[in-house]
Amino acid sequence: MSAHENITDNGLLRFMTCGSVDDGKSTLIGRLLYDTKTILVDTLSAIEKTSKKRGMEAVDLSLLTDGLQAEREQGITIDVAYRYFSTGTRKYIIADAPGHEQYTRNMVTAASTANLAIILIDARKSVLTQTRRHSYLAHLVGIPHIVVAVNKMDLIDHDQARFDAIVAEYKAFVEKMGLFSDGRALRFIPMSALKGDNIVDKSDVMDWYQGPTLLELLETVPGSHAERPEAFRFPVQFVCRPQDSANPELHDYRGFQGRIESGSVKVGDLLTALPGGRESRVKAVQIGGVDIAEGITEQSVTILLEDEIDISRGDMLVKAGEVPEQKKEIEAMLCWLSETPLSPARTYLIRHTTRTTKAKLTGVAFKVDVNSQEHVDATQLAMNDIARVGFKLAQPVFADAYTANRATGAFIVIDESNNNTVGAGMIL
Amino acid sequence: MSAFTKQTLSHLDWLEAEAIHIMREVAGQCERPVLLFSGGKDSICMLRIAEKAFRPGKFPFPLMHIDTGHNYREVVDFRDRRAAELGERLIVRSVEDSMKRGTVVLKSADESRNKHQAVTLLEAIAEFEFDCCIGGARRDEEKARAKERVMSFRDEFGQWDPKNQRPELWSLYNARVHKGENIRAFPISNWTEMDVWQYIEREQLELPSIYFAHQRPVVMRGGAIMPVNVTLASGEVLNQPKAGEEIIDLQVRFRTVGDIPCTAPVPSDADTVEKIVVETASTTITERGATRLDDQTSEASMEQRKKEGYF
Repeated sequence: MSAHENITDNGLLRFMTCGSVDDGKSTLIGRLLYDTKTILVDTLSAIEKTSKKRGMEAVDLSLLTDGLQAEREQGITIDVAYRYFSTGTRKYIIADAPGHEQYTRNMVTAASTANLAIILIDARKSVLTQTRRHSYLAHLVGIPHIVVAVNKMDLIDHDQARFDAIVAEYKAFVEKMGLFSDGRALRFIPMSALKGDNIVDKSDVMDWYQGPTLLELLETVPGSHAERPEAFRFPVQFVCRPQDSANPELHDYRGFQGRIESGSVKVGDLLTALPGGRESRVKAVQIGGVDIAEGITEQSVTILLEDEIDISRGDMLVKAGEVPEQKKEIEAMLCWLSETPLSPARTYLIRHTTRTTKAKLTGVAFKVDVNSQEHVDATQLAMNDIARVGFKLAQPVFADAYTANRATGAFIVIDESNNNTVGAGMIL
Repeated sequence: MSAFTKQTLSHLDWLEAEAIHIMREVAGQCERPVLLFSGGKDSICMLRIAEKAFRPGKFPFPLMHIDTGHNYREVVDFRDRRAAELGERLIVRSVEDSMKRGTVVLKSADESRNKHQAVTLLEAIAEFEFDCCIGGARRDEEKARAKERVMSFRDEFGQWDPKNQRPELWSLYNARVHKGENIRAFPISNWTEMDVWQYIEREQLELPSIYFAHQRPVVMRGGAIMPVNVTLASGEVLNQPKAGEEIIDLQVRFRTVGDIPCTAPVPSDADTVEKIVVETASTTITERGATRLDDQTSEASMEQRKKEGYF
């Protein structure tokens, strides 16, 4: 009998925060951790000491997100940090990315796994260039839920008229740029992270705001993949063939192991194996050799088929009738992550799901100015550039458009000389 | 229009599925991986995840423990028994062998050997030509870990360079290395101490007895509870009390088990996993803050050790 059986488990939500220290981003995260009692006494006393050492009167919650020695030395955040808290009903993973322009690659990294983005706006400053940049990137990387947090309301006397004006300005901006026009939910919350207004607890100085607090919203937002039916996609990671087992029943065992990236699968389903296109029915769905009734999205399972088909890592199982395109040429939005510029002359590796193939650039259509979203002519890409590009592939990939399926629409580019991950692509 | 309702995974199921996915990526991408197994609670969870990832097959990697020679007998016995029950190969490499070779030199005989595990680990990696070590570290343990990748690249000297990490997007992990370099893979990066205990409870995983409340002679030293007169399998007695220290018999449990001189227990009467889950939910001190004396020496000590090849 578990001590926690009486609490409903609302799964897990991954979200990211976009903003700079000046917007109160670290204070907001500190406040969420503090008010959900995630911060423990020894951590608090450590930051109390540091706050005092730096001559501050109150405890500086932003110190909670202070990271590496290398960062403290330079007084900047250089990397995405992951933080955790739980409310008892839901577990949260926060990807905390630095907000500066030169860290576009960190924002894209943090956004790639997020189901919700909190875009921070300083109520005194309204919509800034960085707000536009963060919004564009959240849009590009396909984060389904956007929360615009209008912070520092305490510094504008909790003025409803000014909040309304910021909301109107932001809505006009996204409409003009065509962002989030695909029906993605856009929500606005007036808050003060410093004072704790509308973060976890409802503000008692902004009666005019009747909407949810930030945490109430986080608690009720649907998890990833929960909002629409999706096609079954099962990239094969590993094949289990325990031939040397002492158990003769296992001699013919051939289990295809992977994670269900979308959709679901159960015994009797007719599947198509890619490439090749041979079909077979599902004999069993298992976890750790034990049968389960149905495998659902994001579950790691082993699939056994009725017929013997040659399938290996990099292949994909899909449902017959829902077969994705096999592509040897892809058009994509690419974010360049490396200090070494993208070279049209070189051959790169592309990893798409569990498949790795050689690839060559066929062209750069345009580069996007992340601040204005204007298209700019370009022939090569430097770090933090975002561009529409084409690649020619040595082997086909089984791809969906990124907007339809983030798992089968995404790829990374690898530089074989040092094996670094140098690009992040989203298939159009 | 029919409403779309979809089953979603509970948070433990999600974490488990992610960890299985990461282990299978290691198995699929690396040629000679190894799973580090100490007999501690995190690595015990890792074995269950490996079972769910690869059974009915054998694990596509051996298990390995870097033994400081100063581990609790209960944990070492458990380690050997669990590996045998699973029918998997266990490699043990010892810091004491590195000391004999002269590659580890202690400043004093009673110095914690914890950080010296890095040397022995690197020697074992070279000996077996491992290209990936799978470990049970979690990002919630420490702030240097909070910024580490799930698949973390180490150069020929085993060094971690926090300023030059590979970007890690979606769940497209890049474990490619050249000869001599290696990857440290952390399948339970996204788990917290609470998740680990809830998983142990759900999966009914067996643990070494010292994780549960028991009576033990201790002294108070530097604000921490220090177990004294700990007898090793070799008969050697560690942590002798210093002059003037008063030995008290206290009911304690370990939240983390490591090198004896630097691992402190906490006062507790939680003698079941269920009680530990409840206690973990109401604790006010972080896991490492309470129990790992080596992390308290400087604000950046974990970061420093990781740069030198530590896990």
